[in-house]
Amino acid sequence: MSEKVLMKGNEALAEAAIRAGCRSFFGYPITPQTEVAAYMAKRMPKEGGIYLQAESEVAAINMVYGASAAGARVMTSSSSPGISLKGEGISYMAGADLPGVIINVQRGGPGLGGIQPSQADYFQATKATGHGDFHLIVLAPSTVQEMADTVYDAFDLADTYRTPVMILADGMLGQMMEPVVLPERKTEFTPKPWAVTGTKGKRPHNVITSLHLQPEDLERTNIERYERYDRIKATEQRAEEYLTEDADIVLVAFGATSRIARSAVNKARAAGIKAGLIRPITLWPFPTDAINRAAETASAFLTVEMNMGQMVEDVRLTVCGKKPVEFFGRAGGIIPTPAETLTVIERIAADLAGGAN
Amino acid sequence: METIFKRPESLTDAQFSYCPGCTHGIVHRLIAETLDELGVEGTTVGVAPVGCSVLAYDFFACDMVQAAHGRAPAVATALKRTLPGNVVFAYQGDGDLASIGMAETVHAASRGERITIIFINNAIYGMTGGQMAPTSLPAQVTQTSPYGRDVAADGYPIRVCEMLSTLDGVALAQRVSVDTPRNVRAAKKAIKKAFEYQVDDVGYTIIEVVSTCPTNWGLSPSDALQWLRDNLLPYYPLGVYRDVKADGYANVAEAALARAEALAAEVAGPAAAPAATPAPAAATAGTKGGADNG
Repeated sequence: MSEKVLMKGNEALAEAAIRAGCRSFFGYPITPQTEVAAYMAKRMPKEGGIYLQAESEVAAINMVYGASAAGARVMTSSSSPGISLKGEGISYMAGADLPGVIINVQRGGPGLGGIQPSQADYFQATKATGHGDFHLIVLAPSTVQEMADTVYDAFDLADTYRTPVMILADGMLGQMMEPVVLPERKTEFTPKPWAVTGTKGKRPHNVITSLHLQPEDLERTNIERYERYDRIKATEQRAEEYLTEDADIVLVAFGATSRIARSAVNKARAAGIKAGLIRPITLWPFPTDAINRAAETASAFLTVEMNMGQMVEDVRLTVCGKKPVEFFGRAGGIIPTPAETLTVIERIAADLAGGAN
Repeated sequence: METIFKRPESLTDAQFSYCPGCTHGIVHRLIAETLDELGVEGTTVGVAPVGCSVLAYDFFACDMVQAAHGRAPAVATALKRTLPGNVVFAYQGDGDLASIGMAETVHAASRGERITIIFINNAIYGMTGGQMAPTSLPAQVTQTSPYGRDVAADGYPIRVCEMLSTLDGVALAQRVSVDTPRNVRAAKKAIKKAFEYQVDDVGYTIIEVVSTCPTNWGLSPSDALQWLRDNLLPYYPLGVYRDVKADGYANVAEAALARAEALAAEVAGPAAAPAATPAPAAATAGTKGGADNG
C-alpha cells in the first residue's frame, strides 16, 4: 500500500486518474479546478501521456470524444460554466456509448456566478447534462481521499458500462488539503474491440456515431441504453449511512455539505435528538435503496445542500409522501454551518414533538 | 481482360446518398483512391461532419467517427494524438468548417495537428435545405438570404485557405475544384500530397474543394458546374496558398522559425538586421495564390 501523503483535492484526483490508467487529458482553464489541469500538464509528459489545453471547453470535450473513440482512458476537468459548454459533447458521448470521465469542480451560478463552492449543478449532472434521453453515472466525493478513490473507480465504471462518468466535486473539496493514500497503478483494462484504431485489414470498419436516422433504430438504441441504466441502478447505488438505524430525523447531504451535516448530526445527538445522515456517493444512480430503508423508520428527512434545493426533489420522489422532506441550503458560494443546520434540526424535532401531542 | 477501372478498396459497397450532380461522390472517390495508393486504409481513421456528408462513415471502408457540428478538427486532433501512427482525416462542409466550427478549424491549424482536412465549399448549407453559408457569395440568393446576401448586414464570405495560410502550423493549404477532368486530376494530386505530408509529419494540411450544390442552387448539374466557374472560382481562386515543402522547408517548425526570424529582422530594420539567417529565397517565391494548381 502507498504511504499517506498530504495533497490538495484537485491534485489527489489528478494523480489517482493517472494511476487509473488515464493518459489523455484535455482541458481549458477555469477557477476553481485549475490545479487539475496544471497537475496534468506537469505529469502527463512524464507518463508518456497527452496533455492538451484546448481552445475552448467545447473543443476539450470533443477531444475527449475523439480520444475515447480511439480507445483511450480520457478525462477532462472544468467548473460549472464550462460544463454547460461541454453539454453538447457529453450528449454525443452518451449517444455514441463512449466512456470518459468529466470532472465538475462546482462554483456558484447561474451565469458567470461566482468562484466559491457550490452544489448548484446537481440538476444538470443528474437530469439533463445535454440534450436527449441519457444519464451519466455521477459520483460525489466528500473528502480528499474520496476525490482520489471516486475518480479511480470512475474509469472502470465508464468502461464497463460504456458511458461518460462525472465526478461532481466542489471548490471546497478541490482546494482543501488532507492526508490521502493514493491507489495502486492499474494494469488491467477492459478490452475495447469497438474502438477506431484502424482496421489493419482484419475486420470490418468500426464506426462511432450517435446518428440513427430511422426512428425504430434510434428508439432501439435508447431502449438498450436504458436497460443498461437499469442494471446500473440495480448494482451501482452507493451511499454512506451514519447513525440512521434509530434516527428520527435523517439528513441527506452529499459532497462537502455532508461533512457539515455530519457535524450537525453529532451536535443534535449531543442535544438528545436522534438524528442520522445518508450521504449519497452516487448521485446517479440515486441511492433510493438507502433512502427507502430510512423512510420505513425515520419520522422526517432534511436535505442540506449548497444550492436553492435540488437533491431534495429526488429525496421527495423516493420517499413519495410517506414522510415529510425538508430542505436547508445556502447558495452563492456560502457554506452552511453546522450551527445553523442544527437550528433547523431542532425546529423539525420540535415540530415532530408538537405533532405527537 | 485487364481491369483498368474499379471501385477503390477504401470505399464500402454502400450506394452514395448524394443528389445527382453533387461533387461529394467525386471527392470521396479521390480520397479513397489516395488511401488505396498510399496503402493506409487499414491504419486510417476518418471523421464525418454534420451536413450532407454526415453519412460518409457508411461510404469509407476505414474506421470512422461521426463528430458534432463543427467539431471534427477537435475530434481528429484527439484521434491523431492518441494514434500517432495512424492517418487521420476529417471531411467537412462550409457551414461545419467555417461557421460553427471555425474556432476548432483555426486552432487545429495553428497547432499544426498532423491531420488532413478535406473542405467542401459549395457556398450553401445543403442538408438543411439551402441556407446562407459563411462562404455564400455577395448577393447570392439562399433560403435565408432571399434578397441576396447583403454584405452590409451579413458580412463578407470567408476565404478559408487564404486565412489559414497565415498560420504557422499549416503545411499545405490548397484550393482545388472537380468541375473538369483536368481539375479532377489536379484535385487528386493535391489530396494525395496532403495525405503524404501527414504521413511524413510535415504539418496540418487542408484541401478546399470548390463544389456544387445543384439541388439547392436550383440548377441542373451541368449549369451548376458553369455557375461554379462563372461565380465561385473568381471569388475563390484555385491555387496553393501555403506549401512549406515547396517553400524549401522540411516541416512547419522550420517554416515557422524562418518566418519568425524574417519578421524580427524586418522589425529591427536594415541597420540592425544580422547578416545571417535571412529567409530562404524560396520562402517568398514558393507559395502564393493564383493559377498554380499543381
